[in-house]
Amino acid sequence: MTNYSELSTREAFGKVLTELAAADNRIIVLDADVSRSTMTKYFAQAYPDRFIECGLAEQNMISIAAGLASCGKIPIASTFAVFASSRCFDQVRMCIAQPHSNVKVVATHGGITVGEDGSSHQAIEDISLYCSLPHFNVVVPSDAIETVEVIKTAISTEGPFYIRLGRSKTPVLYPGGCAFKLGQGDKLRDGKDCTIIATGIMVSMAVQAADSLSKSGIQCRVLNMSTLKPIDQKSILDAASDTGAIVTAEEHLLHGGLASMVAQIISCNKPVPLASLGINDTYCKSGKPEELLEMQGLTAGDIVEAVKGVIKRKKGL
Amino acid sequence: MTDNINDLESTARKLRRDVITMISKAGSGHPGGSLSAADIVTALYFSIMRHDPKNPHWPDRDRFILSKGHAAPILYAALAECGYFPLDWLDTLRKTGTCLQGHTDSTLTPGVDVSAGSLGQGLSVGIGMALAAKLDRKDYRTYVLLGDGECDEGQVWEAAMFAPNYKLDNLIAIVDFNGLQLDGATKDIMNLEPFVTKWRSFNWEVMEINGHDITQIIEALNSARKITAKPVVIVAHTVKGKGVSFMENNVDFHGKAPNKAETELALKELA
Repeated sequence: MTNYSELSTREAFGKVLTELAAADNRIIVLDADVSRSTMTKYFAQAYPDRFIECGLAEQNMISIAAGLASCGKIPIASTFAVFASSRCFDQVRMCIAQPHSNVKVVATHGGITVGEDGSSHQAIEDISLYCSLPHFNVVVPSDAIETVEVIKTAISTEGPFYIRLGRSKTPVLYPGGCAFKLGQGDKLRDGKDCTIIATGIMVSMAVQAADSLSKSGIQCRVLNMSTLKPIDQKSILDAASDTGAIVTAEEHLLHGGLASMVAQIISCNKPVPLASLGINDTYCKSGKPEELLEMQGLTAGDIVEAVKGVIKRKKGL
Repeated sequence: MTDNINDLESTARKLRRDVITMISKAGSGHPGGSLSAADIVTALYFSIMRHDPKNPHWPDRDRFILSKGHAAPILYAALAECGYFPLDWLDTLRKTGTCLQGHTDSTLTPGVDVSAGSLGQGLSVGIGMALAAKLDRKDYRTYVLLGDGECDEGQVWEAAMFAPNYKLDNLIAIVDFNGLQLDGATKDIMNLEPFVTKWRSFNWEVMEINGHDITQIIEALNSARKITAKPVVIVAHTVKGKGVSFMENNVDFHGKAPNKAETELALKELA
């Protein structure tokens, strides 16, 4: 058995996909010449007849996946998140979203932690683009163990999915297993002073921030908002009511991502002080992932400062 | 199902009349590209394809994809005539609440497998269906009708490269080569020539026919079934607006409905 806790989310995807495929021959995998990086290579080795190499042609890949789905297959179309989103957006819209096609787009190398490859390879708009599409489910797992549950859920749930995975290893958040539920945020810490709502790699930093704040007497709730669509409105409004202040954190543009969604929900229903950490209307550069996160203000330390800021505002200071 | 050419020609004329009537009632739509495709669609639905209007989701049915989704009226006319839905649905084309959208919508119309309208995508979707047939060892065929103007889209050539690589001999592309697109003649907007050479160099089996000669269309589609180990493209030379004198080769009727007088005249010519 695979020990998922030691893996990056993309490795976990590649491994679990291959395990699931044994029990379900409807699973077909498509890749656009990056299977050695998306980790669909494991599936390709185990099930060569059900692996469809599309070459560098993402538009074609997405439409082919839709054709397969219309014949009862469960196609998993995989490439880097930049290409899976902007390169073939019209194909995703027309062939998958509009007809509710049962295609799972699983994109790796999401966000700026792709690092050295630079802005062309750093997907920072993908969540916004996919969340804008009617009928899509959009999920960003926080660690390898959650990834396994997300992939299982996507395969067993009829309808379009976009799943964003990362390149680098992520700290283990769910050593004892994860009970992922589509459309439900997961409360990893509880507190009354503020809620940190995070997604993807920012979840482990949110936990670090909460633990560090706790030492100075500030108690934070931490929500892992792995499902961006359908968004868990109830948990967000409960957070606003119970803690009176919210900080969001995501490895994505502020515009159209978690920050926008939380702001929309609380401003219409239960306005409370809100601070959002994300990428502010800019493209990032080449560099080490941790240095890039620091440049964009996406560290546990930045979350700590943001929490202190919203608590001050809550108190009217 | 018939192989009687006179019957098929008469059906094609009926479908053309339906196209004119429904676009006229809708007040908008694309008559030119619907009329150019009428004989091809007739041959497929009334002679060639294995399908069952009472069972539109039959897994073993031949698939048809209208990649040039703006020619939806000719497909709707054929589907109604086959019995996929009542003929009086045609009067609702493009109207609020209709199941017959301006461009094809697979979620609304019985017999329509693919939502189209954004050009260039249908051949790729057809590849997916053809791959599924191979995986499931089924013998259904997938027919994809493209426009010539549509072949400006890069995705068509991604698909053109893919299908021979996977030896998809159960996939048949038909290009309704009517020589006109929205802004003018295809040779002026974006010259496609040497068109046949292009497909051949992509390793397709290529046939060239008169797309208004039903005998030729049927012969080509029948001989396409005998080709193995590679996909077939039939370049069908057609006339945009075929059958209505003032619409023929007239780019103005790419996307314009006929007025009352024009409708009457067109129906008279198609009687």
